[in-house]
Amino acid sequence: MAILEVKNIHKSFGRTEVLKDVSFSLEKGDVISIIGSSGSGKTTLLRCLNFLERPDKGIIRVNDETIFDAEDKKTQLESQIRMKRLHFGLVFQSFNLFPQYTALQNVMLAKELLAKEQPDYKARKKEIHNEIKEQAIMLLKQMGLENRMNNYPHQLSGGQCQRVAIARALALEPDILCFDEPTSALDPELTGEVLKVIKELADKKTTMIIVTHEMAFAKEVSDQVVFMDGGIVLEQGSPSEVFDNPKEERTKQFLKGYHNTIQP
Amino acid sequence: MERILEQFPIVVNALNIGFVQTLKLFASTLIGAIPFGLIIALGSMSSFKPLSYLTRMIVWIVRGTPLMIQLLIIYYGPGLMLENHIWGVGESGRFLAATVAFVFNYACYFSEIYRGGIQSVPVGQEEAGLVLGMKKSQIFFRVKLLQMVKRVIPPMSNEIITLVKDTSLARIIALQEIIYAGQTFMKGSQGIAGAMWPLFFTGVYYLIFNGIVTVLLGRLEKKLDYFQ
Repeated sequence: MAILEVKNIHKSFGRTEVLKDVSFSLEKGDVISIIGSSGSGKTTLLRCLNFLERPDKGIIRVNDETIFDAEDKKTQLESQIRMKRLHFGLVFQSFNLFPQYTALQNVMLAKELLAKEQPDYKARKKEIHNEIKEQAIMLLKQMGLENRMNNYPHQLSGGQCQRVAIARALALEPDILCFDEPTSALDPELTGEVLKVIKELADKKTTMIIVTHEMAFAKEVSDQVVFMDGGIVLEQGSPSEVFDNPKEERTKQFLKGYHNTIQP
Repeated sequence: MERILEQFPIVVNALNIGFVQTLKLFASTLIGAIPFGLIIALGSMSSFKPLSYLTRMIVWIVRGTPLMIQLLIIYYGPGLMLENHIWGVGESGRFLAATVAFVFNYACYFSEIYRGGIQSVPVGQEEAGLVLGMKKSQIFFRVKLLQMVKRVIPPMSNEIITLVKDTSLARIIALQEIIYAGQTFMKGSQGIAGAMWPLFFTGVYYLIFNGIVTVLLGRLEKKLDYFQ
């Protein structure tokens, strides 16, 4: 059974149609990479999944539950969106860490605020706090940041910041973790350390959607690759299908551009 | 010179009393205008258009007219136009009216500084909070507010230093602050008449007080240096 089903998503900004009928599905534990040139709608698609944008048409289903249906106003209640967002985690291109909090506090903050909404929070305050802290420390260790937990974002490198951001997203245990060009703001060396962490998550069967321009990485880590162009899914399949035997002329052209830049 | 030395203790005593009134006006203006400015800032950024237009118009009027006129209108207006002197009589009435005028005026200036501060926090901060399931209010208070405070301290320091000196405008409705106290020795008071130097000497009070304010605000700015 698919953990995520996206059906016929349309999204326009003014007169510009950014997504034109996008559909795909994702199995639990799988990794899907979305590739395509800038402006093809990849980022907008991720933002729709995280309710940062509202699709004009279409349906989003998670674990067989319809969490968004453009036709059904009941699925768009502002009061429920906050909780529905928690199905997804999102790691941004520009990290968006909270600068006034340390790495550890960044990872803990949202979870602590959510814990306050639990009925037994007052009684178990200390215990809950310690649980959250332990989990955050564990996640930061997993990201190789045990020596950086008490540093503020401006004291960290870009790669370290992005790993804190990944830990922060994982802390809420989302069903699906989304990455929006996680390494586009990083130099090649820092890119490597972030990709390594994502690869480890893939090995642990974390369900992920990765928008990326790192083709070699996408090929290695993905179970499925989606090629988007002009707001539609032009081609979709296993990494070897899409990268080694692309059917569409546009896909060939796009991948050729990459081969040319990588191997001059 | 000898005469000045003779007059000095009497004058300083009177100026001290006036300066207490200056400080009271300064402190009540800050206490009122700092939170009220935030309300005005939120109003002017409201997505409910009539509210944002109305707030911006009020800010435009208050910032576009002299504080001295606003003091006169607020103090004398109700008595002249409604035949109801709402402020009460005497020094306490004048102080209340002056405080209202100053709070309103300064809140409008602060609101524009806050607005700039709020809008300068990157959109990504709000989006990161939303994606992490935070409520709008939590994002404001736990994520954006401190970043905003850090950004507004330098321009706020400027306004606060101006406020120290602006309190002298309350002289226009005869509030007995330090300038008023200095002036009494020109007309004649406590056996001293025609003395100009007490009025000049009030400048020393402003200078020293502004020195202290500057140091304190500088420390606050430094305190928030731990993040960028």
